[in-house]
Parts: sequence; structure tokens; C-alpha cells
Amino acid sequence: MNALSVRGITKRYANHTALDQVDITVPERSIYGLLGPNGAGKTTLIRIINQIINADSGEITLFGERLRPEHIGVIGYLPEERGLYKKLKVGEQLIYFARLKGLSHSDAVTKIKVWLEKFEIKDWWNKKVEDLSKGMAQKVQFISTVMHEPKLIILDEPFSGFDPVNAQLITDEILKLKEKGSTIIFSTHRMETVEDLCDHIALINKSKRILEGTKKQVKDQYKTNTFAVTHRGSFQFANDLYELIGQKRIDDDLHQSLVKMTTEGSPNQLIQDLTRVTEVFSFAEKIPTMSEIFITLVKGQNHE
Amino acid sequence: MNKIWLIIQREFLNRVQKKSFLVATILVPLIFPALMAVLVYVAVEQKKNATKEVILYIDESGYFKPDTAKFVFSPFPGNLENGKRAFEASENFGLLYVPKFELTAPEGIRLYTKVNPSPSDVSDIEKIFENHIRDLKMEQLNIDQEMLNRLKTNVEIDVKISEGGVEKSSDSKVSAGIGMASGILMYMFIFIYGAQIMQGIIEEKMSKVVEVIVSSVRPFQLMMGKIIGLASVGLLQFLIWIVLISTLSTVVLGFFGLQSPSQEMMQMNEQAQQVAAAQGPNSLEFVKVLNQIPWAYLLGCFVFYFIGGYLLYGALFAAVGSAVDSPAEAQQFMFPITIPMLVSYFALFTFILEDPHGTISIWLSIIPLTSPIAMMGRIGFGVPLWQLAMSMAFLAVGFVVTTWFAARIYRVGILMHGTKVSYAVLAKWFLQKG
Repeated sequence: MNALSVRGITKRYANHTALDQVDITVPERSIYGLLGPNGAGKTTLIRIINQIINADSGEITLFGERLRPEHIGVIGYLPEERGLYKKLKVGEQLIYFARLKGLSHSDAVTKIKVWLEKFEIKDWWNKKVEDLSKGMAQKVQFISTVMHEPKLIILDEPFSGFDPVNAQLITDEILKLKEKGSTIIFSTHRMETVEDLCDHIALINKSKRILEGTKKQVKDQYKTNTFAVTHRGSFQFANDLYELIGQKRIDDDLHQSLVKMTTEGSPNQLIQDLTRVTEVFSFAEKIPTMSEIFITLVKGQNHE
Repeated sequence: MNKIWLIIQREFLNRVQKKSFLVATILVPLIFPALMAVLVYVAVEQKKNATKEVILYIDESGYFKPDTAKFVFSPFPGNLENGKRAFEASENFGLLYVPKFELTAPEGIRLYTKVNPSPSDVSDIEKIFENHIRDLKMEQLNIDQEMLNRLKTNVEIDVKISEGGVEKSSDSKVSAGIGMASGILMYMFIFIYGAQIMQGIIEEKMSKVVEVIVSSVRPFQLMMGKIIGLASVGLLQFLIWIVLISTLSTVVLGFFGLQSPSQEMMQMNEQAQQVAAAQGPNSLEFVKVLNQIPWAYLLGCFVFYFIGGYLLYGALFAAVGSAVDSPAEAQQFMFPITIPMLVSYFALFTFILEDPHGTISIWLSIIPLTSPIAMMGRIGFGVPLWQLAMSMAFLAVGFVVTTWFAARIYRVGILMHGTKVSYAVLAKWFLQKG
């Protein structure tokens, strides 16, 4: 079953269209990366999923059910523009948020205590948020997003403002939540996050979804049959089955070349052909990074 | 509904648990009377100790009879030119020049001063002339003071308001006092608590907690929760004040051997009148009037108009708060909110209290934006039931309209950061689809 299915969502404002017939499908228990440049419409889409604003048309289903107001309790949302009540104490604040999500007072207290224990910050209960450091506040904010055990967690730029230690802590927690059965949607610019964590991605540009699939599908779609070869000495191909894109010297007479297969062929064939002309030290397919795909697609579109 | 309730609770507790709430709630009933007492004391002392200003005068008519109640008049021997020069060089307040004139046409009297004299100073001097000329004219006509005194008859009309056959005494001064006090109180409450709504919303925007909240509740629920939560704080504060003030005044007046109005209200008429009787007939009448003031009715009306007016304006304050990123920016949108409040406030003093049953007064007390203050101004004078009912109904409708209006701006505004907001932008937000 899909955790989330968005079909034909359109949202228009007075002088621009924020989302134009956007479809996305988020499989259950996946980590889904929602990518796109600034102003592409990611935040609008996320707000529509969170029922903060309404779409003009289109349909959203959450775990097979049409999106309803009660689904608020099923979703955990960490907005990009996030914050806490400065004057409230950590405990009070978390209880308030949990109750707004529909938890009872006693449930809220139990669950919050578990999380504070997990992050080893039990003694913060009576601290006011304004007395916490930024990193500390981020932890509290993260707890407020996941304490009600949401089945779908939506994180908008979750790591902005986190130091590497805390970012790792949060990453670990996200992976644990996935293990426990949660589905996670990331909206981010940070491609390393996408490379490391996401198994599905969608790219939104200029209000349209221009790409969706598993990370492997996407990469397969955009790989160029190019291989990086480390070899001794320089060489040239005698035929036009291969195209030598570049060759550079690394060390002494050790060179690295980028070889593109112009026809359908197997990597084995290429290795065989290479061994005839040079001594091969390493051989690897050059798979495009998410960042490269992102830039290619967005740039390509914006130049149209 | 349950979520609105949570928000109301949170907002209520946030404010009530603050020390500033406790301080304001306890100190205001103490500070205000103390402040008033100090002001009255200073004013009285100043009047007592003030040295009278000196006015030089040149009287060519022979009709000027100095009255030294307010000024010291000192004659200047010489003509006007010399007089002016002497006055310029002196520290005196003024130079009064009285040329020759006919009693029938007293013209050409001039007052030279260094600073602009107050209207009361000028009219005091005019009175001196008018009184003296009147005496002279009476003499010419052979009327003496005794005859005049005999002509004069003092008539006092006892105002009784007849309502369903029951006669009630009334005192327009008491009614005006009630109108003024409750009008000012209403104005203060709406502004103070309205501004707090705005501040609260701006804080939520600035700390960026708002999007976290609206992912759990509808923006409308958040707005209403805040407005209602603060209304209950205001109401609580008001009720504490009422209790404190009536207790305090009972204690203080008891200390001075007097009885407070609220106590009289609670006690038997007879007993109160006995006390009042000891203080002479005037205060007896006063106590009677106070006794007949329907305090519960007034309090009920005040609470209704406070809640209604507060909700009506609260929604507008909420809309402003949602549109801006900082309190400084809010200033530009306060104008349309402040105007009807100021209009009703000034109207209260200029004509509502003077003419509570005039057409404008009636309309101001029915139009929702001005009715909370205007109606409280009129209420002490007795307002026909149909007007009160209409005004209340309109206020309720007005509240629904402003809330609807505010909610449309609020839902968009709270999610906007760093947008330059103008009235055109607000209009666009208002028209924007969900």
C-alpha cells in the first residue's frame, strides 16, 4: 500500500500557479526525497498534504483513505519555518503540542518522557525554551514532530541549523522510525542527505513534477554509460564503439580516462577491449549523483 | 471544538500565570484611586497657594470696578502709550485699557498680555464689566437688589422616570458619571486586550511556531482560541477589579464612617437612608438615586458590550497581527481600527453624555464599531429596550462579519514571512481561495 498518493494537485494564486497537476506516490515505509529549487512549489505541496491550505483541484489519499481533518494525528510535520513558544517550559510545550495532535494528557506525558530519556535531556522538563541553545531547541522541536508516533513524517529541510553531531543523532532516529514502520518524506536541497537516506525521490520544478521514481530508477534513467578507468599510459580507441571523453594523468604514467559506450554493450566487453590497449588498474561505472541530475534537469528546464 | 478549548486554556494560563497579570490586577484598583486623590490634592493645593496675577488698568470711562477675586488690579496713572511701556517693562500679567463708552454700548475695551490668556481669564474679566454695568443700569431703572432677589425664584425639577408605573428618581449627573466611567473602561479594555491579541500573534509569527501549530489545528481555531482565551483573561481581571474595588471602597468608606454605594445596594433601603439622613437632605437624595441605579443591569450590559466589542475588535487586531512580521510594522494598519474607537471616544465626551437621546448618539450606539463605547455612555440615562436589543443584535452580527473578514486574512498572513504588506496585498489575501 502507498503511504501517500497525490493525484493531479493544482494550486493557483492570483498571478502564478504554485502547483500544476502534480502527482506523487510515496510507498509505505520508504524515505522519500522531495527535491526542487526554491520556489518550485515544494512547501505549497507539503502544506496541502498537512491541510494547512487547500488545493484548487486534485486528490490526496493517505494510507488508502481520502485525506480528512482527522489525519492530522497521523502526520508529523517539521516545517522549514519552525519554532517553539519561547516562554513555555519544555514539558508544558510538548504536552500542548501532543494534545493538539489528539493525544490524551497522560499519553502525552508518557511518550514525551520516553523521548526525553532517549535524547538524555530528561532534566530539561522545567526549562524554558528561551534558556535553551539553538541545538537543544532543535531536539525539542524534533521530539514535538515525532512524539505522537506518526505513520507519515514530513521533514522540511530538517538539518538546517543542526550541528553534525545532532544531525547524525536525528538521522539515526529517522532510520529507526523507518524500521518501526513510519514513512518519511524529506524536502531538502541537501543532495548528500538524498544520496544517503532516500530510496525514492521526486523532483519538482516550476510547479510541475518532472521526475519520480526509486533512486536506482532515476539514476539508471540518467546514467550515460560512462566508465571511469584508471590505467597505465595513454591510449586511443581504434573504433567508434567508445568515445573517450577525457583523459588525465594522475601520477607518473598512471592515467584516468572517462569512456562512454556509444552503443549498447556490456561493461565486460569494454573491459576486454580496454585490456587490449592498456593496463587497467580500476574500472567503475560513472553513476550520476543526485546533484548532477538535479542540476541538469533544473538548468535544462530553466533555459527553455 | 476540543482543540479550540485546548488553545483557550493555554492562552488563558499563559497570561494568568504571569507575574505582570497579578501585579496589574491587584495594583490597578489601588493605583487609580490613589492617583486621582493625589491629582485632586495637588490641584487644590495649587489653587490655595497660587499668587494672584497683577493686571494694570487705565480706566477712562469710570465704569470699571475692580473685583479682586482672581486678579490684583492696580490702576495706572497716565495714558495708554505710557501704560504699554510700563507694562512691557513690568512682570505684570496684563494691561487693561478701558476707553470712554456709553453704558448701552461698552466697546473698545482691550486687554494687553504677554502670553495668550486662557478663555476663562478673559471671561472672568468680561464678567466684572457685565456685573457692574448691570448694577449701574438697575440703578438707572430704580431697581434695587432686594427687589431683584424677590423676583428670583429657585425652581428645581425632580426627575422621575416612569417605567411600567414605577417611579424612579434620576440624576443626570450620576448617569453621566456612570456613562463616562464605563465608556472609558470599555475603551481601555478593548485597546489593551486587543493589542495583546495582536502581540501574541506577532510573537507566534516571529518565533515561527505558527506553522507547527497550524499543522495540528485549523488557522481559524488558533485565531479564535487566542481571541477567546484573552477575552476570558480580561473578563477575569475585570471581575477581580469589581470585587476588589467594592471591597476596598467599603473598607475605606467604612473607615470614614460612610457607606459605599455597592453596600447600600445590598442592604435595606431603610438603613441606608438613615445614614444618609444624618448627612442632610442632599445626600439623602443622592443615596436614593444610587439605590435606584440598577447595578446588576449595568454590569450585565457592560460585560455584554465588553465581550461583544472586544471580540469584534479582537478579530481585527488578529488580522493585523497576522499580516506583519514585527510590532513596528503593525503601526500602519492600526489606523482603521483606531478611528472608530477614537470617534466613539470623542463622541462620548462631546455629545453622547450631553445629549444621550439625540439622533447621532442613538446611531452611534447601534452601529457595531462604535456601539460598545457609545451605548455604555447612554446606558445610565435609560435606553429603550428596542434600541438596546437592536444594538446588541448588530454587535453580534458585526462580530461575525469582522471575524470572517479577519480569518480570511489571518489564514494567509500567518504563513507569510518577509513579505512587504500593503492594503492591496491584504485585499489579495482576503480574496484568495482557501
